[in-house]
Amino acid sequence: MELLAFGDTGWGDELFYATLMTIAVSITAMFIGFLFALIFTPLKLSKNKFLNFIANSYTTIIRGVPELLVIYLFFFGGTGAVMFVASIFGYNEYIEINAFITGAFAIGIISGAYSTEVFRGAIQSIDKGQFEAANVLGLNKFGKFFKIILPQTLRLAIPNLSNVWQITLKDTSLISVTGLVEIMRQSYIAAGSTRDPLFFYSFAAVLYLLLTFVSMKLINRLEVRYSRGY
Amino acid sequence: MDLELMINSFPKLLSAAVITLKLLSVSLIIGLFIGLLFAILRLNKNIFINRFAYGYSYVFRGTPLLVQIFIIYFGLGQIEYLRSTVLWAILKEPYWCAIIAFALNTGAYTSEILRSAFQTIKPGIIEAGKSLGISSKVIFYKIQIPIAIRQSLPAYGNEIILMMKGTSLASTVTIMDLTGVAKYIISTTFKPIEVFIVAGGIYLFMTFIIHNFIKFLEKKYSFN
Repeated sequence: MELLAFGDTGWGDELFYATLMTIAVSITAMFIGFLFALIFTPLKLSKNKFLNFIANSYTTIIRGVPELLVIYLFFFGGTGAVMFVASIFGYNEYIEINAFITGAFAIGIISGAYSTEVFRGAIQSIDKGQFEAANVLGLNKFGKFFKIILPQTLRLAIPNLSNVWQITLKDTSLISVTGLVEIMRQSYIAAGSTRDPLFFYSFAAVLYLLLTFVSMKLINRLEVRYSRGY
Repeated sequence: MDLELMINSFPKLLSAAVITLKLLSVSLIIGLFIGLLFAILRLNKNIFINRFAYGYSYVFRGTPLLVQIFIIYFGLGQIEYLRSTVLWAILKEPYWCAIIAFALNTGAYTSEILRSAFQTIKPGIIEAGKSLGISSKVIFYKIQIPIAIRQSLPAYGNEIILMMKGTSLASTVTIMDLTGVAKYIISTTFKPIEVFIVAGGIYLFMTFIIHNFIKFLEKKYSFN
């Protein structure tokens, strides 16, 4: 227990901030994922074959390639890409991009592929009559989408999005390889300096369990809220 | 684009892919047994056995695979008692530690898949078996298990692909699998995009094969 003390003698406060970092990265990544889903879901549902192909390539590649490899691509490639752009403007020093941004972006792209599939499935399972009824009511495109389609999509998508959230939360542990101090990295540091890996990794597991447990409870509430009227 | 690097690294990555496949197949086989065992325990009416099986799958599905590997590889070695037993011969090898972690992880997911498959079997089928005078043991092995396996094929196919991606974490405990070698080449050449295309292509090819193999099995064992 002394190992978990707050302050200089223990690792309690460090692990606490690391947990906050994990939550922050997960939420940012989930949000970036939603942005990607916002772009790629319409492409998936589009009748244009070429747009379909682009969206399908995105989801297929991301879901078929290990997360760790994607993270390495961004970690090593991100710096290179930024330095390349900088060199065009005549800046040739080494630039290090923030591990938080790289990590959140890499996980966000992965999470986006899963979210895209969830939204596609949800929109496709909405009854055709709903679209027709919206047309008959004379709603314009935005009204149709925001008032009729989106609320129903959310209701159907929330259970699956909660799975995506769980996956995203657990994937953030992989960002530790880039040096971002989240739960996994902090446990690694603590385990190294106290030579007590069993305790710290088990504690990390407990923290992750706690996060998944609490978020499940919150999402269940959301689910109830969006199922009003059913 | 450095085409030469791509061509040169291809054979290295391909031979590393063999290690990935080895890790995958061994852990899937062990995981399937663990999954089946825990799915049966989950259906047990004894509340303690039931809870124990649920706890197992909850813990392994609720924590990242990376934590599980680290606990087994770095953590278990710390227990003095384990070092003196025969188990230490296995636990000091990163390869076996990775396999134990993967097998326990996929076992947890497989148990959930099989459990829900068992639960969706229509009671009429079991009753039909009973009314034919078949013993409940035979009903279980000859009727319930084959139907459950067929039911769970699509979900299990997803699990195989997820596990294949999961084996990339073996590279964090010094195993030179496909991702490990890819990372090594990236960090020595600083050409991440080229290496990613080749390594990612190999992974995608394996995903493609697994996906189609499962589709083939689904068709072969479909009820219609």
